[in-house]
Parts: sequence; C-alpha cells; structure tokens
Amino acid sequence: MKLNAKWTSYPYIIWMILFTIIPLFLIGYFAFTDAEGSFTVSNMEQAVKYIPALVKSISLAAIATVLCLVLAYPFAFAMSRLSFERQKMMSMLIMLPMWMNFLLRTYAWQAILEDNGVVNTLLTGIGLSSVKLINTSGAVVLGMVYNYIPFMILPLYSVMTKIDKSVLEAASDLGAGFFSTLYRVILPLSMPGIVSGTTMVFVPAVSTFVISGMLGGVNNYLIGDLIETQFLGNSYDLNCGSATSLLLMVVVLVTMAIFNHFSDEDAEEALV
Amino acid sequence: MKKIVSVFLCMLLMLSSLVFCVSADGEDYEYDAEYYSKFKGQNITLYVYNWGEYIADGSDETMDVIEEFEALTGIQVEYTTFDTNEGLYSKLQSGSAYYDIIIPSDYMISRMAQNGMLEKLNYDNIPNFKKYVDEVFWNPDYDAAQEYSVPYTWGTVGLIYNTKYVQEPVDSWDLLWDEKYSGKILMVSNSRDAFGIALKRLGYSMNTENPDEIRQAADSLKEQKDVVQAYVMDQIFDKMVEENAWIAPYYAGDYLTMSESNEDLAFVFPKEGFNQFVDAMCIPKGCVNQEAAEMFINFMCEPQVSAENLGYIGYSTPISAAKELMDEELITNPVAYPSDEVLENSETYRNLSDETNKLMDDLWIEVRIGTITLGFWIAVGFLAAGIIALCALQIYRKRKRLVARNAVK
Repeated sequence: MKLNAKWTSYPYIIWMILFTIIPLFLIGYFAFTDAEGSFTVSNMEQAVKYIPALVKSISLAAIATVLCLVLAYPFAFAMSRLSFERQKMMSMLIMLPMWMNFLLRTYAWQAILEDNGVVNTLLTGIGLSSVKLINTSGAVVLGMVYNYIPFMILPLYSVMTKIDKSVLEAASDLGAGFFSTLYRVILPLSMPGIVSGTTMVFVPAVSTFVISGMLGGVNNYLIGDLIETQFLGNSYDLNCGSATSLLLMVVVLVTMAIFNHFSDEDAEEALV
Repeated sequence: MKKIVSVFLCMLLMLSSLVFCVSADGEDYEYDAEYYSKFKGQNITLYVYNWGEYIADGSDETMDVIEEFEALTGIQVEYTTFDTNEGLYSKLQSGSAYYDIIIPSDYMISRMAQNGMLEKLNYDNIPNFKKYVDEVFWNPDYDAAQEYSVPYTWGTVGLIYNTKYVQEPVDSWDLLWDEKYSGKILMVSNSRDAFGIALKRLGYSMNTENPDEIRQAADSLKEQKDVVQAYVMDQIFDKMVEENAWIAPYYAGDYLTMSESNEDLAFVFPKEGFNQFVDAMCIPKGCVNQEAAEMFINFMCEPQVSAENLGYIGYSTPISAAKELMDEELITNPVAYPSDEVLENSETYRNLSDETNKLMDDLWIEVRIGTITLGFWIAVGFLAAGIIALCALQIYRKRKRLVARNAVK
C-alpha cells in the first residue's frame, strides 16, 4: 500500500489554521481597530511607548539564552558520548523537573531566594551576612534558565548523538587539537541544534510573565506582564493588547529570521 | 517489625474513621427536602465558577458544601475557580466557557449587568433570600433593582502590618509610602485596588471619574514605587507570614487566616477611608439550567451552609442567622465584623466608565514601566552591538566561504 505523504500532514495543517493562522489574523485585526471596529493606528502608537519594557524583556531573555547555551552545550556533548542506557536515563532526568507544574517550580524559587528564604537562612546560620537575591533582574534570569534549560539541552543532544565518533577520530588523525576540533567539526555539525535550542529558549523567555511577576520585584516589568495587564486588567483592552503582542511577535520573528539564516548556511556547509 | 507497623496503621485507620463519624454526626441540619428534591435523578450538572479558596471543602472538620449539595439534590456540580474579577470578565466575554453560577464582586456585577451578560433571577425560586439575607444587603448600589444577584460574602480591604518591625501607632495609608520601611512594603498588583488606595490617601473618592484626580494618584503611585518591594496579590500571604515583607494592603478575611500563622500581624482600617466589597452569586446569560442554578444559590443561603463557608473563608456573612451558628470569637472580631461607625468610612466600588478604566490601566502600566533610566540605554547599546556583531560574523564567514570555493574551482 502506498502511503500518500501529502495526506499525513492534513491533521496538523487543520490544527494550525484553526489555532495559529486564524488567531494571528484576529490579533492583526484587533491591533488596527478601535473598540467600535473602525480602523486606527493609535493602538500601535501606544504600543511603541512600551518599548522600554520590550527592551528589558529582550535583554533578560538574551542573557538567559546565552547562559543556557553555555551550560547546556558541554553537557549535551558529554551526554551524547555516553552509552545508550545512560543516555536514556540522563534524558529522563532532564525531563524530570518538567513533570512538576511550571508555576509551582517558580514559586519554590521564591521561597528559596526570599530575604528570609532558604539561602539567606543558611548564610546567616554560618555567620555570613544575607544577600539580596529576590526581586532583582538576576532572579528573573535564574528563573528563566532554570525553567527553559531542558529546551536547550534536548535539541543540542539530539543533534550531537548524530556526530559519529569516526568524524572526531578523523579530525584528531589529521592533527586537529581540542579547540580546532570544536570550532571546525563539532560546532558546524551541531549548528542546527544551537539554532533550534536558542529559539526554543528565547521565544518563551521573552514573553514570560509568571517568572518576572514572582521573582522580579518592582523593576522587572516585562512585556509579558504588560500584555497580561492589558488583557486581564480593568479595561479589558483587547486592541492595545493585540497591538503590543503584534509588536512582540514582529521582534521575535526578526530574531528568528536572523538565526535561521545561520542555520541554513551551516546545514549547506555540513552537507558539502 | 512488620506486625507493629500494620497494627499502627490499623489504629490510624480506625482513629480517622472515628474522627470522620464525629464530624459528620455533629452537624445535623434540616433542609426543605421537598424543595431540594425537584431535580433528583435528572442527571443535571451545574458549572460553578468561584474565587479560589472560597468555599468550605471538608478540610479542618468543615462541611464539604459541594458534596452536601450533591447528596441533597442529586445535581452534579463541576466546580472551578478564578482569581480576578477581570479574568472572569474576559473569560465570559470571549465566550470560551460555559458556567451556570458565577460569583463576581459588586462593581463587576453592575458592569456585567450593563453589558447584558447576566440572566435575571427569579427570586421565587430562591426563598432563602427574603428569609435570611439581611435587609441592609437588599437593593445594593451595584444591583439597585435587585434583579441579578444574591450576596455571598462581604469584606473590607485594610492595612496589614507586622508589629515586630512597625512599632509606631498606625492609622493611615501613609505607611505604604514610608521610606523607613523601604523594600519591606508590598502593593497590590491590580490597578483598581492600587488606584483606590492612592485616591483615598489624597482625599478623593475611589470612584472618581475626574482625570486630574486619577493623574495625581498615578503620580503618588510613581513616588511610592521606590519603597515598594513587589506588586503582588496572593503572594502577600507567604511574604507577610514569613516576614519577608512587613506592610501590605489586603482583605480583612485573609488577614484573619494569616494571623493564625503569625501572631505579630496587625490590621487597621485607615482613617482616610477604605474599600468595602460584596461578592454575590449571579447567573450568566445563556444558562440552560436556571432553576437548578437558583436552587444552588438558595442552598448557599442556608444559614448552616453560610456559617460553614464563612467560618472557612474568614470573610463576613450577609446572613445574620448564620452568625448564631458560628464561632463566637469570629463574629465578635472587629476586623471581620467592624462596627457601623467604622463602616461609615468605607466606600464600595462602582462601575467606572470605559474611558476612566482605560485611563487608569494606561497610567498603571506607565507606573509599572517607570522612567527611562541609564540601564535602558545600556541595554539598547548592548543589543545593537550584539546584532551588529552577528551580522559582521555572518558577512565574514560568507566571504571566507566564497574565497574557499573559488580556490577549489
């Protein structure tokens, strides 16, 4: 029996039209209309005023993404060199925190970082002075790294398992040292993993509102918090909320486009 | 060893069943069996949408109200919770969910009624309303013709502080602006409550529609930001009990729950005035089992049920008959049931015009974003540098690749 490959994609295409394409058009529609439904650009003008919050979100998300990459990259490589059984166990351990509710995990960090929290109780217990941990940008970045690092490790790992041992041996036979192998062999071959991991961490981090709300204090009002205020605030401001979401979406799309550009060329190179 | 463990477990089981019997026996109450049996065996399900932690659920030896209702009437209840009036409003507005009974607050009820989102109640089906609900709660501001709602609880918003750290006498909202306690002050994160407090402190009404007054309130909230630790709602519980913060505005009922865990906490009704709210049961438009829903509302007005609920929640009951069944200590507590003189100083929220709501929210976002600081320009600089570096790297690699290809050719 011949399986028509075209058909197999239909369920997802229907899903995507219903829950991605149509909502996208709705957001576009709301962003450029007022409460009565007539065309206006005033929502967009207002959304532009919120660029400080957007810049803050992008900076924190970028820092978190870089930290995730730095932490995850060596780990994913080491993991991909383990025996099959060990690899299975490791990937389960990475997924383990995700079995718990996202909100609960962030809430636990609050209890750890508080002024009278676990860390500071320990510090004062051994005679050190307490440090200010919660309600800082650092706490928000920590929350982002903690929550999203599995999304960096897993794509990196799945690309790195495909790097054959013989390729590394060949590199070493030809006289490549550690850094040379890393830069000329492993890095280009794992580029698709870096790109998808970066996207999978950056995109949710830039739009988060739970983490900043719980760990960020007064000075970390991110674009996600702002959109939440617009949709769930007093005025139920669909139009401005949509305009801000649209602005965020454009920024995320541009970032993703830049990264995808990287990935295309490297994939090309890897094939050559 | 194994034997000892099993004996111990058996004893534990027996003990717990004993406790269960006592609590089940102790609270017998007669219901109007004929009225409540109307829908028996008809397989009706009611969808109830209530605030979180807002009904007695059988823990701490309270009655499991939902279970009691199901057993009495044979109607199934699907119970879910929300955490803000605005969240409830947008959920109903979007039409994405179906509910038979919702429990919004006063100003939200008038807003929903104005927008035609509520079904008119048939009070003949809710005999307990006239029978038990105190007359002061009839025809309230938010439902002047008494068409849409039956009060469930009421309460106040006041100032909670920790007497261990705040030793001076407190009687004013000014405490929330006091630089002495910088970093230990919490503020509510929803715009209406935050502006309500700021307006009262300036001597204005919480329901003002005057843009100048609202702008002044926004300015004073911007001033306050320097001393605030965080803008939060439910987290106030943990932060106050664990003494990570010392001062916060919150609901009187929740203060009672908090003070059980931390005895140093005190509560005051600020002299400038404060908010009094009523949460009432309503039926949203499009309800298909209205009579059954009205039966549920009627059940919630049974004095015994109200006493159980309010004993659990810690808020105040609009049903005097219920007070007689409640803990003496609670009903004489001046925080839960303040005197009429104190209440004279309170103000209930009215529904504001769309323009005022919009102005308030826009100003609130302005407060939360804050002014553009040096940090903003540094971040912009770094991001720009990052993008330029990426592009440069990209161009460099492209060149190199081109050179390599030409060399191969």
